[in-house]
Amino acid sequence: MTDAGPALVSILRQGSQLIASIHTALDDTQMVRFQQDLVQQIGEHRASGVVIDVAALDVLDSFGSRALRDIAEMARLRGAATVVVGIQPEVAFAMVSLGMDTGSVHTALDLEEGLAYLGGVAGRPAAAARARSAQRA
Amino acid sequence: MSEADGGAVEFGRADQEDEEQLLPQLVAHLREHRSRLRQEWAGRIQGSHLLRSMTPQEVGAETTSVYDNYVEVLETGSVEALQDYARDLSERIIPRGVETHEVVGIVLLLRDVLARSLFEKYQRDFDLLNRVLDAYEPAANRIANTVAVSFVDERERVIRQQQDSIRELSTPVLPVRERLLILPIIGVLDTERARQLTEQLLRGIRTHRAKVVVIDITGAPDVDEAVANHLVRTVDASRLMGASVIITGLSPEIAQTLVTIGVDLSKMNTIGDLQGGLEEAERLLGFTVTREDGSP
Repeated sequence: MTDAGPALVSILRQGSQLIASIHTALDDTQMVRFQQDLVQQIGEHRASGVVIDVAALDVLDSFGSRALRDIAEMARLRGAATVVVGIQPEVAFAMVSLGMDTGSVHTALDLEEGLAYLGGVAGRPAAAARARSAQRA
Repeated sequence: MSEADGGAVEFGRADQEDEEQLLPQLVAHLREHRSRLRQEWAGRIQGSHLLRSMTPQEVGAETTSVYDNYVEVLETGSVEALQDYARDLSERIIPRGVETHEVVGIVLLLRDVLARSLFEKYQRDFDLLNRVLDAYEPAANRIANTVAVSFVDERERVIRQQQDSIRELSTPVLPVRERLLILPIIGVLDTERARQLTEQLLRGIRTHRAKVVVIDITGAPDVDEAVANHLVRTVDASRLMGASVIITGLSPEIAQTLVTIGVDLSKMNTIGDLQGGLEEAERLLGFTVTREDGSP
């Protein structure tokens, strides 16, 4: 992010993967901005996988969950698999209670798990898609 | 006359002096005919088929002490002692399966027996009888009330205590293998328990870094729509935390209920019994269990 002030999101590269950590609750504009940045960087770094870490969030609204779903879809179109990690118990239950649909986004417990998942499907978005649809079934 | 029992005053109405005199008289009468009245009362209890879960000896012992307490409260007007006694009595008889209607019944019987004996004694003087009853009735009502309330309070206390202990025991989250949790559910699953279950499960997933959770509901007798939907949400929430859930032990009744009320279980991974669930979980986690001698 090019804005002045503390970073709201950091996007780091690790091998062929990108790790995006959201540090604080994002408003809708910031979320859209994050979306754009991330999708752009996938191309720049030729990333095959993206981990989005939301462990710092104690709330995730419907716009936020849809944005995450959209990011995953865009990333797939750009050739990268996405995994969302670190959803807090309260957040997880609130999300399903409010009927928010994360659709086909793969989720994992934490960063380590997320990277392990991407390691398994790295460079094989087709395999990742298969894994996702298998999970959905 | 004025130094007659002061505690009884509160039971009296207009003619204080008179009633202060009457109540001790009345108490003396009840003491004098103690064994006859008590026996009559015990007879009536038997006749009404009350307290059948207790032996005649026990009924005899309890009726004696209830009688004495009753007369004492009439005399002193202090319900505190009676409250203590009633609580104590309730503690003893509740585990024996004595019901509320029985307790209320026997106290009302005693009230009846004593009132009859008063009718008999004062039948010649209607005016006096009236005043005696004025003194007797409020006190007797108060005693019946105190005993019944103490009994119900005690019962409720026991129920609350049991609910608390059930709640404490209710939702253990147990790690059985690395990254595999089981959650056996025993007993009725109500909304409150379901909420607690979700909370503990999601916490457990994070603490134990679980990848697979087996929820076994063999021990749950029934599931209603709200709880079923809650379970579905719990499964979804677990998935968001990266754990997949296997539900085992759905009884035929629960399966029927769920299908009839139309809960969407298409996303749920269900397996017949806990054994099958654990095997599937091990498969998902990549464990293979073999015998030492190598046979499968």
